[in-house]
Amino acid sequence: MSETAPGAGRPAAPGAPSASAPPASVAPAASGQAEPDLLEEIQAEVARDLEDERLPAGGTAYQVVAALVGVGFGVFTAILSYGYGLGTLREPGGGLWPFAISVLIVVLSGLLLLVGRGLDDAEAFTRSSVLPVIGAVTFLAMAALLPVIGFEIPALLLCVVWMRFLGGETWRSTAVVSVVTVATFYGLFLYGLSIPLPHLL
Amino acid sequence: MDFQAFLDGFGVAAQPTNLLFCLIGVLVGMLIGVLPGLGPAATIAILLPVAYSVGDPVAGIIMLAGIYYGAQYGGTITSVLLRLPGEASSVVTVFDGFALAKQGKAGTALGIAAIGSFIGATISIIGLTVLGPFVASFALDFGDPEYAALALLGVLLVATVGNGNMVKALVAAAIGLLLATIGRDSFTGASRFTFDSLQLSDGIDFVVVAMGLFGVGEILHNLEARHGKVQAPAAIANIWPSRSELKQSSGAIGRGSVIGFFLGILPGGGAVMSSLVAYAAEKKRAKDPSRFGRGAIEGVAAPETANNAAATSSFIPLLTIGIPANASMAILFGALLVLNVTPSPQLIEERPDVFWGLINSMYIGNIILLALSIPLVGVFVRVLRVRPAILAPITALITILGVYTIRNSVFDIFVMIVFGIVGYLMKKVGFEPGPLVLAFVLGSLIESSTRRSLLIFDGDPTGFVTRPISGTILAFLVLVIVLSVARKVVGRRTAPGASAGPAPSPDDRPDHDRTDREESLR
Repeated sequence: MSETAPGAGRPAAPGAPSASAPPASVAPAASGQAEPDLLEEIQAEVARDLEDERLPAGGTAYQVVAALVGVGFGVFTAILSYGYGLGTLREPGGGLWPFAISVLIVVLSGLLLLVGRGLDDAEAFTRSSVLPVIGAVTFLAMAALLPVIGFEIPALLLCVVWMRFLGGETWRSTAVVSVVTVATFYGLFLYGLSIPLPHLL
Repeated sequence: MDFQAFLDGFGVAAQPTNLLFCLIGVLVGMLIGVLPGLGPAATIAILLPVAYSVGDPVAGIIMLAGIYYGAQYGGTITSVLLRLPGEASSVVTVFDGFALAKQGKAGTALGIAAIGSFIGATISIIGLTVLGPFVASFALDFGDPEYAALALLGVLLVATVGNGNMVKALVAAAIGLLLATIGRDSFTGASRFTFDSLQLSDGIDFVVVAMGLFGVGEILHNLEARHGKVQAPAAIANIWPSRSELKQSSGAIGRGSVIGFFLGILPGGGAVMSSLVAYAAEKKRAKDPSRFGRGAIEGVAAPETANNAAATSSFIPLLTIGIPANASMAILFGALLVLNVTPSPQLIEERPDVFWGLINSMYIGNIILLALSIPLVGVFVRVLRVRPAILAPITALITILGVYTIRNSVFDIFVMIVFGIVGYLMKKVGFEPGPLVLAFVLGSLIESSTRRSLLIFDGDPTGFVTRPISGTILAFLVLVIVLSVARKVVGRRTAPGASAGPAPSPDDRPDHDRTDREESLR
């Protein structure tokens, strides 16, 4: 599927769209003549889109921090598990199993620290990483406000923040969709499903 | 096989409530298959409270299962029409599917995909019907050591065969096992990791973890990720593939079904892997492989058949042994537990209404999907035009209000948010949440089985190895570990600078090409 690797090792022919001419591969009927090869076109477009969409990869710092967090977490839980009593293999205590798992976490995280630094599967935090932070804050705010003033106002606020500030929608569509959404949830939960959500109205 | 029970299952599946929830499930499944952002695992997690509030476990699980296999149908639509894979298992369909669409044959592609999906799923369901009781009867010989070994193997396979770095997946799984220990220990009565909190003394609710990790985590991640501009969909001129095209793809459909069925049973395998393998196999055996990627009908038929077959056969380990094969199955496992149904080899005997009701609902669900997927294409394409900024807060509200409805507890909302943040951070640093949820769900099973086994063996761990079945499973476990490590070591030695992923076109990135050429000359 991705065997056509135009850059590697082939005599360069930049700018010629159908320059890939391995012996018997040009489709006879559909895309011959001077038309660019359909497959290469699609491959190029998909590759471009994927590259556009993907956030930049994080560097070694991410891997190291993650591994250290793993080690720290494992050590912390190992200490706690030890406190619950290990017992013996014949009569396992409550702490034996969590202790074994904690040790495993420490070992694996240590392994990551040693050999995993070059991995590129992390995503870097960019300016747009502020958005999930705001999102998380609104989640927490709603959870805190729900029992106090009911769900309508926090839900409305969440919709407004997410649509207007995080999503860049216009005030009009934000207002309309927010009110309709909250009203729908109101009707659905309180009347349709008879679930006792804390509510104001 | 108990034929009467099989027929009774249709009686169960055909009850109006169950039919309704089947319809809802497959429609929602198709919808999220079309929409980028939420996957089936996340949606199942988010809708767990709905399944719970219905009361009847059969209806709830029918709906959740419908979401899972329905999503496989939906992902195709965007692949073919918009060159945008809605699901990871439809990525491979993009090439030939969109090529066909460009040639004005979008209807052919969609039609073949729908037919292939239906046939693949149906063959898989038949396999499930026949094989299921057989496996369940075999697994009745399992004792605690066998369960411990098998569950461990399942977790390990998902960690090694699945996406992402193996070591990280194992760390995630280990954390999941630890999370399962929170609460009161059933053996000694002591409280573990509860930090004197009353709410933690019963352990963390699985639904809350799943909704947080998969639901909130993915919502937060989607806020950040830029989603591609949705281009204008290709027009659909013809509606249905011609007879010759059907005949041409019949081989691909047959082979895809078999590949999908077997790969779906394998833990960690599943729909994505099946679609890739089926496509590659089809291309390899084709007389003219160059047709692939340029509108070969088999290039659509094979992966689409395989992914639906795999999605269905991945239910086998769950329903017959009680071991989930992937993250979505793990969430379904948890859902069944919440609904007071314990997946185990005894399920077919104890709750034949659940077992056969669910399996037979899949026949019905697939018929519904086949009938509706083409007519609803227009609707789905219009739905895609709804900007993600509008859908995001709606999904956010569904998760918050949904998790509240489980126990009317605000504490649950906070726990869910915490896990959502954890899930988001995990995604950022390359840890897969799937193994964590899987291990969490199986954690107490593994621990109690292991501890009971140690009691049986009087403290002697070699007992695991000397028992024939558990010994075999453990040998397989060791084999998997050795093979994965070997594969990584060999891979590292043969290709130091190899890059994975789609190849850039020559016109795009000249600098990149130059360095590649230099490297190959070295």
